[in-house]
Amino acid sequence: MSTAGLEIDKVSKRYGDVVALRDMTFEVRPGELFGFVGSNGAGKTTTMRIALGVLAADAGQVRWAGEPITLETRRHIGYMPEERGLYPRMKVAEQLVYLARLHGMTTKAATRSVQTWLERLGVAARRDDEVQKLSLGNQQRVQLAAALVHDPSILVLDEPFSGLDPVAVDVMSQVLLEKCADGVPTVFSSHQLDLVERLCDRVGIVRDGEMVACGRIDELRAGGTERLVIDAPAAPPDWAADLPGVTAHTHEGHRTVLELRPGTDDQTVLRAALATGPVREFARRRPSLTELFRNVVNEQGVTA
Amino acid sequence: MNQLGNWATVRLIAGREIKVRLASRAYRVLTIVMVVIVVGLCVALKLFAGASSGTHVGYLPADAAIARELPAVGTSIGQQITVQPVTDQATGEQQVSAGTLDALLVGNGQQINVVVQKNIDKNLGDALNVLARQAALDQQITRLGGDPATVLTQAAGASAHVTPLQAPYPYQTQQLILGIIAGVLIYISLMLNGQFVAQGVVEEKSSRVVELLLATIRPWQLMAGKVAGIGLVGLIQILVIGAAGVAAGLATKVLTVSVSAAVGTVAWLIVWYLLGFFMYAVVFAGLGALVSRQEDIGGATAPALVFLVIGYVLSISILPSDPSNHLVEVLSILPMFAPTAMPMRLAMGGVPPWEAIVSVGLVVALIPLLIWLAARIYRNAVLRTGARVKLRQALRAA
Repeated sequence: MSTAGLEIDKVSKRYGDVVALRDMTFEVRPGELFGFVGSNGAGKTTTMRIALGVLAADAGQVRWAGEPITLETRRHIGYMPEERGLYPRMKVAEQLVYLARLHGMTTKAATRSVQTWLERLGVAARRDDEVQKLSLGNQQRVQLAAALVHDPSILVLDEPFSGLDPVAVDVMSQVLLEKCADGVPTVFSSHQLDLVERLCDRVGIVRDGEMVACGRIDELRAGGTERLVIDAPAAPPDWAADLPGVTAHTHEGHRTVLELRPGTDDQTVLRAALATGPVREFARRRPSLTELFRNVVNEQGVTA
Repeated sequence: MNQLGNWATVRLIAGREIKVRLASRAYRVLTIVMVVIVVGLCVALKLFAGASSGTHVGYLPADAAIARELPAVGTSIGQQITVQPVTDQATGEQQVSAGTLDALLVGNGQQINVVVQKNIDKNLGDALNVLARQAALDQQITRLGGDPATVLTQAAGASAHVTPLQAPYPYQTQQLILGIIAGVLIYISLMLNGQFVAQGVVEEKSSRVVELLLATIRPWQLMAGKVAGIGLVGLIQILVIGAAGVAAGLATKVLTVSVSAAVGTVAWLIVWYLLGFFMYAVVFAGLGALVSRQEDIGGATAPALVFLVIGYVLSISILPSDPSNHLVEVLSILPMFAPTAMPMRLAMGGVPPWEAIVSVGLVVALIPLLIWLAARIYRNAVLRTGARVKLRQALRAA
């Protein structure tokens, strides 16, 4: 059942001479949280808009459970567009019920669901206020409720965390993880890479309309250089310079950061460090998503 | 989750539009103001008509013979004149000053001298001039040895024989007024509700909610629901105003045309409101989709508004004085002018059936074409926020 999720298959789109997407391909499996990262203008929003049918692709296909996506299947997607938008002069609850009904819910089920989500997202007290009277943060919560209220079986969220306060970020993360646990494939884009790293099962990095890296974060890390962080306060500045397998060393305060050639025995390094005096910290540093992202984007920039 | 059919979707969207419009203060205030104006007009006409029911003329004993003929002459030129004797000139002049008499005859039985407060009523002046000329004629005939009575009978019997090739339609003032009211009402309704459609489209665009909506529903469903919802609300408004107007007109007896004629006018008004609304509303929806800010609506909808305004301005300025004008007759058959020109002509009466049928037919034929065109513009432009989308781009883009 690994192919029963949301598949974006060789989707291309161009605006005049500008290529917005070139053979964009990835898959979000049921119960998987997929992080979509890339610089501004890389094509994340365009991909999501095409998946939602708001924009037509020039080539390629979007599939859900193996079938090309239709208006009917789109009703089951929870969507949060990059450009936030709700009717400014409509009351919060009334608006959410309306949106849920457009997705095919009955009034009764919609009303119940709206109440649940408003409470969950902490805006239940504002249910009878016009949207335009809410603070930006609260409008954002209502926007999220709009994506969730019809109990979607797929979630496509464009920058769901931008503009949220830390409490809301936690609630949001919790909600996404829960939805995933229910088997809902979820794709979201974000510039907050630490958050993506913490939440996502898999990530896709886009650059200039192309998917340049896609996979589990530890898979993406596998190719990267290994780093060691050593805190040896008594060591002279260049203590590690001549150690075998060390390709570079830098200092961060009184910590030394070493880059090792693949296959180098880190225990040799530890012994060398102990020889200089006490060692307070000795840790492997795995490249963060931010570093991976920088590497991928820069590498491609050079070869292109 | 249930499947939501096309029409259920359109109904849902229309339902929201209706709810929002009916709840808006502007809508309720406008409806009440229009009802007050129409009812007020009837009452005012009633009072005005009551005040000018006739002209009262006083006469001194010497002018009794002239005064006796005055009412008959008045009737012949369509002016009701009543006469009453006054004992002496001073009393009569007092009554003229007080306004109980419109004029006082102070002649000597031969010549006609009349005293009025300021200006003489035009019709009364005409009637008196007729009498003066007749008196002069009588004197000349008597001097030439003839009998004035015989000459008068002969003269009365002689008249030009007119053979009309086409029977003229006997327009009635009442129907003309009905036509003017119908014209104003339909123009205001089309103008307002058409603009509401454009505003609604731009509101969705500027608030960006349209992207969320179009992820679930098709553009045509959104457009159709909006047009249907606003159209229905406008229809309710025009029905309320029309019914209040007819009821007030019949109750105050200002409207002496038959109930069926009055109801016929309202029925035509509704038919033309619906035709005109759907024709203009879809165009306004398409044009509204080109812009992203409320301020730009005027500019975007101007090309369509021009037709609406021209049709209305020409009809309202020409028809009341010349109900069978050829230019307006032609305009009222052309689809883009018909919604304003035709209902006015229909209310005034005398429209050949074929013209009524052809004008309805042309609009009905044009509407699907306009829907197709507007839906294309709408679909291509509604998601492009920011700068105004050029009409040609919107039409071309797939």
